[in-house]
Amino acid sequence: MRHVISVLVQDHPRVLNRITGLFARRGFNLESLAVGTTHVPGLSRISLVVSGDDHTLEQVEKQLNRLIEVLKVTDHSEPHVERELALVKVHVAGVEERLAVKDIQEAFRARVVDVAQKSLILELTGDSKKIDSFLEALRPYGILEVMRTGAVAMSRGERTLKVREKREAV
Amino acid sequence: MKGSEALLKALEREGVEVIFGHPGGAIMPVYDALYDSPIRHILVRHEQGGVHAATAYARASGRVGVVMTTSGPGALNLVTGLADAYMDSTPVVAITGNVPRALIGSDAFQEADVTGVTMPITKHNYLVQDVNDIPRVVREAFHIASTGRPGPVLIDLPKDVQLSEFTGTFEVELDLPGYKPTTKGHPKQIERALEALEKAEKPILMVGGGAQHAHGELLAFAEKTGIPVITTLMGLGAFPGHHPLWLGMPGMHGTVAANRAIHHADLILAIGLRFDDRVTGKVSRFAPHAHTVIHVDIDPAEIGKLVRTHVPIVGDARLVLREMLKGAKPLRLASWWRELEDWRTRYPLRWKPRPHLQAPEVIRAFAEATGGHAIVTTGVGQHQMFAAQYFPVTRPRSFITSGGLGTMGVGLPFAIGAKVARPEELVIDFDGDGSFQMTLQELATVVKYGLDVKVVILNNGYLGMVRQWQDLFHAKRYSEVYLADSNPDFARLAEAYGIKGVRVERKEDLMKGVEAVLSADGPVVAEFKVYHEEGVFPMIPAGGAAEDMILEHPEEREEVEA
Ligand SMILES: Cc1ncc(C[n+]2csc(CCOP(=O)(O)OP(=O)(O)O)c2C)c(N)n1
Repeated sequence: MRHVISVLVQDHPRVLNRITGLFARRGFNLESLAVGTTHVPGLSRISLVVSGDDHTLEQVEKQLNRLIEVLKVTDHSEPHVERELALVKVHVAGVEERLAVKDIQEAFRARVVDVAQKSLILELTGDSKKIDSFLEALRPYGILEVMRTGAVAMSRGERTLKVREKREAV
Repeated sequence: MKGSEALLKALEREGVEVIFGHPGGAIMPVYDALYDSPIRHILVRHEQGGVHAATAYARASGRVGVVMTTSGPGALNLVTGLADAYMDSTPVVAITGNVPRALIGSDAFQEADVTGVTMPITKHNYLVQDVNDIPRVVREAFHIASTGRPGPVLIDLPKDVQLSEFTGTFEVELDLPGYKPTTKGHPKQIERALEALEKAEKPILMVGGGAQHAHGELLAFAEKTGIPVITTLMGLGAFPGHHPLWLGMPGMHGTVAANRAIHHADLILAIGLRFDDRVTGKVSRFAPHAHTVIHVDIDPAEIGKLVRTHVPIVGDARLVLREMLKGAKPLRLASWWRELEDWRTRYPLRWKPRPHLQAPEVIRAFAEATGGHAIVTTGVGQHQMFAAQYFPVTRPRSFITSGGLGTMGVGLPFAIGAKVARPEELVIDFDGDGSFQMTLQELATVVKYGLDVKVVILNNGYLGMVRQWQDLFHAKRYSEVYLADSNPDFARLAEAYGIKGVRVERKEDLMKGVEAVLSADGPVVAEFKVYHEEGVFPMIPAGGAAEDMILEHPEEREEVEA
């Protein structure tokens, strides 16, 4: 089972090392990892995509929680929003292909962020499945490069990854 | 005040009285400041000896052990000892020097990424970048090392930080928002545990190293309920080894009574243990009849990690037991005890008598001569298992051995740490000829500080435990385990250090030898030449289950059964 996990951490040096090291050491399968700061100074938020059975997932959460700099761990099993950003450089040889790629771009609501003589860079945001299909659609035209950020996630509604009352909600 | 002085002051504020260590270039400012500090320093001959000594100091005293080394090679010599302390959940703070900040990452002389290397084997670690952080980091390190599930914490201190002028404050408040161990067990779960216990017909109490500090509560709980008690290797001493409720140690070399009790139990109350595979054997066949497993542990990640748990109780063993004690009732276990008693009397620990001097009889002789009243340390191997089997320690914090990592060479440095922590106690290191030779240079530390430790080497001329496995599982192909052709004369080796040496070779000299060791005024290294092909039994082969237990060497079976 694929799980998206959010982890709130103190953004100390090496905290990412600790997390990836933990996955490597314990044999957990880490599919993607995305990190960024939050609106609270000193706190970063990490989205992890992990696959495994319930027992593995329970261990992933518990072992993450053991890290001193980890403040909160949530497995997004509840309704949540999930997004990934991809940049795709695609080969376009002639006008015909350019039009065909444009059709795909519109269908997926992607954006063109760079235009060159023989290539385009497209930007797409969506859940990981949508990006997978986008890439499938583009594949016949010759994908030159792909950069995906890995999924980020957030619970819907009132739920937040709060630490404690004193701190601002994140 | 310099950073180096601030460090020592911060350590003083944590109540540190002694540091085990070894100096070098990158930690010299701290050693310079140590010259004027009230903190005592024990100079070891190898950093590994230092971290093991600090570990035993912690385990014997219940306080935090401290070790200090230079950068690079000095710090890396801590790796095995830190891993050992981590596996056995021991509170140790390691302080390492590092190259000046500007050189970090440049492959400078004696530079190593010590925080990187020790990440998987420490509970937490720090690279201090700002001299004014020193008091906070020290405060946090001691707090993290000693609370929750204890463990080693490393502080890496660049040399220029040690030399910088400190302008900060020592009045620091702990602010670790991601670290809040749960110590009080959940009342609902405690209630559920007690209810299950009352209904159980064949309950057992399994105790691990996490309950060493809860020995009083444990004794009261066991006596009130009348529940049979089993202690793991790490739990030895947490419950008195001569108590009628005690069934012994479980697992690979555990007693028949303990392993059968687990096999037949309908309820397991496990406190402060982590179901190590040396205890469970094959997990899928572990305790097949236990429909209730209650697991008390301070580390939530241990609960359900390996064994299915029905009543999880996250909390400190002592606090949880105190709560449980309030609701505990005497259990009606007469028929269960008849079964247990039968196994206990039919299958006591025993060794096959031989004309040669034998390791178990040496240990038994020491146990009898001391009444079990000693701090025992061991190396790793057969002698360690024999010591666990035949030296039933009577008090907590008195059996100090490497459980999780199984580190050969800990015996002597453990004895040193234990003696420094509890100088009034008799400290005996039961060691193997192989294990002892991994850290024997620490005899110099024994001499330097006049530490009265008794080293008892059970010399079988082999890496005995490996030889035993080769004997049983590799058709007696004794590959690279023979030591006798190149062992030193241990008694003379001791004498070279100025330590009393004793050698005993014949069975009839056993008591004289024991007497010589125990009556010596000061340290002794005694070599007991024991039967070279002894095996440790009972034994459950690796990956086996209680039913697969073998009671004696297959080739010697008939003789013993008679
Ligand atoms: C550092 C280290 N290296 C290797 C081993 C593997 N090992 C476990 S027991 C053992 C033999 C120990 O021999 P000795 O200390 O003479 O004790 P004996 O078993 O003979 O009592 C070995 C090599 C280990 N546990 N630790």
